[in-house]
Amino acid sequence: MAKLEYAPAPESRSLVDLRSSYGLFIDGAFVDPVGGGAFKTVNPATEEVLAEVGEASAEDVDLAVRAARRAQARTWSRMTGRERGKYLYRIARIIQERSRELAVLETLDNGKPIKESRDVDIPLVAAHFFYYAGWADKLAWAGFGPDPRPLGVAGQVIPWNFPLLMLAWKIAPALAAGNTVVLKPAETTPLTALLFAEICQQADLPPGVVNIVTGAGRTGQSLVEHPGVDKVAFTGSTDVGRLIARAVAGSSKKVTLELGGKAANIVFDDAPVDQAIEGIVRGVFFNQGHVCCAGTRLLVQESVADQVVESLKRRLGTLRLGDPMDKNTDIGAINSAVQLERIRTMTDVGEAEGAQRWSAPCPLPDRGFWFPPTVFSGVSQAHRIAREEIFGPVLSVLTFRTPKEALEKANNSPYGLSAGVWTEKGSLILWMAQRLRAGVVWANTFNHFDPTSPFGGYKESGYGREGGRHGLEAYLDV
Amino acid sequence: MSRLAVRKTYKLYVGGKFPRSESGRSYEVVDAKGTFLANAALASRKDARDAVVAARAAFAGWSGATAYNRGQVLYRVAELMEGRRAQFTDEVAAVEGLSRRRAGAAVDAAIDRWVWYAGWTDKIAQVTGSANPVAGPFFNFSVPEPTGVVAVVAPQSSSLLGLVSVVGPVVATGNTAVVLASESRPLPAVTLGEVLATSDVPGGVVNLLTGRVAEVAPWLASHMDVNALDLTGAGELAAELEVAAAENLKRVLRPEPDEPDWSADPGTARLTAFLETKTVWHPAGL
Repeated sequence: MAKLEYAPAPESRSLVDLRSSYGLFIDGAFVDPVGGGAFKTVNPATEEVLAEVGEASAEDVDLAVRAARRAQARTWSRMTGRERGKYLYRIARIIQERSRELAVLETLDNGKPIKESRDVDIPLVAAHFFYYAGWADKLAWAGFGPDPRPLGVAGQVIPWNFPLLMLAWKIAPALAAGNTVVLKPAETTPLTALLFAEICQQADLPPGVVNIVTGAGRTGQSLVEHPGVDKVAFTGSTDVGRLIARAVAGSSKKVTLELGGKAANIVFDDAPVDQAIEGIVRGVFFNQGHVCCAGTRLLVQESVADQVVESLKRRLGTLRLGDPMDKNTDIGAINSAVQLERIRTMTDVGEAEGAQRWSAPCPLPDRGFWFPPTVFSGVSQAHRIAREEIFGPVLSVLTFRTPKEALEKANNSPYGLSAGVWTEKGSLILWMAQRLRAGVVWANTFNHFDPTSPFGGYKESGYGREGGRHGLEAYLDV
Repeated sequence: MSRLAVRKTYKLYVGGKFPRSESGRSYEVVDAKGTFLANAALASRKDARDAVVAARAAFAGWSGATAYNRGQVLYRVAELMEGRRAQFTDEVAAVEGLSRRRAGAAVDAAIDRWVWYAGWTDKIAQVTGSANPVAGPFFNFSVPEPTGVVAVVAPQSSSLLGLVSVVGPVVATGNTAVVLASESRPLPAVTLGEVLATSDVPGGVVNLLTGRVAEVAPWLASHMDVNALDLTGAGELAAELEVAAAENLKRVLRPEPDEPDWSADPGTARLTAFLETKTVWHPAGL
């Protein structure tokens, strides 16, 4: 099928007032890092430098943690839940008011298509603050005892794939429960977190309740290991998750980790194929595959495998890759040169190990970081592309004959974050859902998120849940 | 002339059987006054690994059993303990240096604790699960599921009530357990194994090891097929065991600074410590 030609429909950049440099947000004000360190953040679609951002040292982290401690002890924990909730409602409203600006900035800094930042990320961010705002004065009814107490200061480290959404998942429940936070955004996507700091100022949030320290791994390490932090929340790679679990061992810090995944998306022979194809595409090519719960292992029943793969390739041929600011774009830029290199390495390994590679025939822009939607067939469970997280737009196709074999293959992974099941047979869905060792099971759908819906992994995909009533537990002393 | 008593051989309880340690070793167990009571098996690394294999093999059946069935089975443990009350009282009195009256109270509380946890098996999902009102046309619900194989370092002081208080919640929620009994007070644990073997608890659901915590616990903490670690009785070893547990991101229940008062109301914290939350989505529509 030929691709329809669309005229370019670029979103305007003028909505965003980018400063040339940003400081750290500590105790309610933007301040320069003590050591004067800085790094640049670039637009991955053009490699243009967007801004220079302060790099927080251990000393800066210490100042931020102290500010958070003061705010927790003197202001935030003494405030009634109702008042805390009203601040969170205020923040949610300002996010809605400034949603277009936030979406544009997210797309510029991250490379994701504007239609995703506009229609998925930012609406979910506002919804998350609304949801947890309502919990702030209802904690006694959350099932954690009559008077659940906050933990204190939360140190939070988030990834670059959903920068503002991950911030919302971390900050909203922490504040609702009465904690204060020091959050470190990823070094390639710090800008929306800094805009969020401005939103906190607009909301008159008391100084020190939210602190944002920008930087790379070392900054994160300083935060996680700081003795003044009572709670560590991390979303990112399983390797870093392990380091954090070791770093907090023997302390009284409470930890939640949301780590990697290698989800199976299982298609049975009676599945509605057209729906399943859309689900497979959404499952692995949403956000360029930079999704920890992405359905990167397609397990398809042998009798329909050829038909499914053929339909999938046809559909992938219609995806539009290119300018993330264009409202028609389906596939945006890979977030960084480092990540692009990782994807290239892993796909080369896939070929070297004998799997057959197919990439959608789409031209790649000259500048920026790009990778076409790619499908590997003839993949066995032993192949690295079937075992390791690639975190890019790459799908491995495996086949099975019986539900038991599908289950066995799906669970044959150290990860356990999510899984998908496609079939018209209700009892088979429930049989699979009961046995898949994964924290989220999407049946006849994939990659949906909601603030009321608990999210998190089994096994080496981490522990703790974010979202819903369950998400409060991570920030309460229970 | 008085009759010579027939003494019991205290062995391990692994996979529903009572092996000696494969190492052929044993260690002396003495009472509170230092008098010899028995030789207990001194479990080795290999015994610990065998116990994990047994616990893993038992997991599918136990976690897949109905909650009602698990409740019946655990209630049966209480029934059988009641029948051996005198024996447990003797052993607890001996190893803990308690009067028979106080030892009897601990045994009664241990029996009642099984009843408490037996009743939880088919209620915890309703307390911790949820239907989630997502903003879209979906049916979305969350259910608790067992984490998997849980390695438990049992309390060092409370040889029976403490032991039951940590093992009960692990298996009530559908996990299987490898338990390292109190190092110096292991005898009631072995007798509990005999009760478990003759109740309807499937072999491998609870595996009881006796021996040195410092020797065996590190192998359990670093074992890649163990999903969670209860460090209640680990004492000063807790931090290093938690570091080892990070390798495969085991869920870790840290010890309290002092051994808890096991006679207190247990609450639900130990039940939820070894549960995962699974959320299932399905579209709703025509």
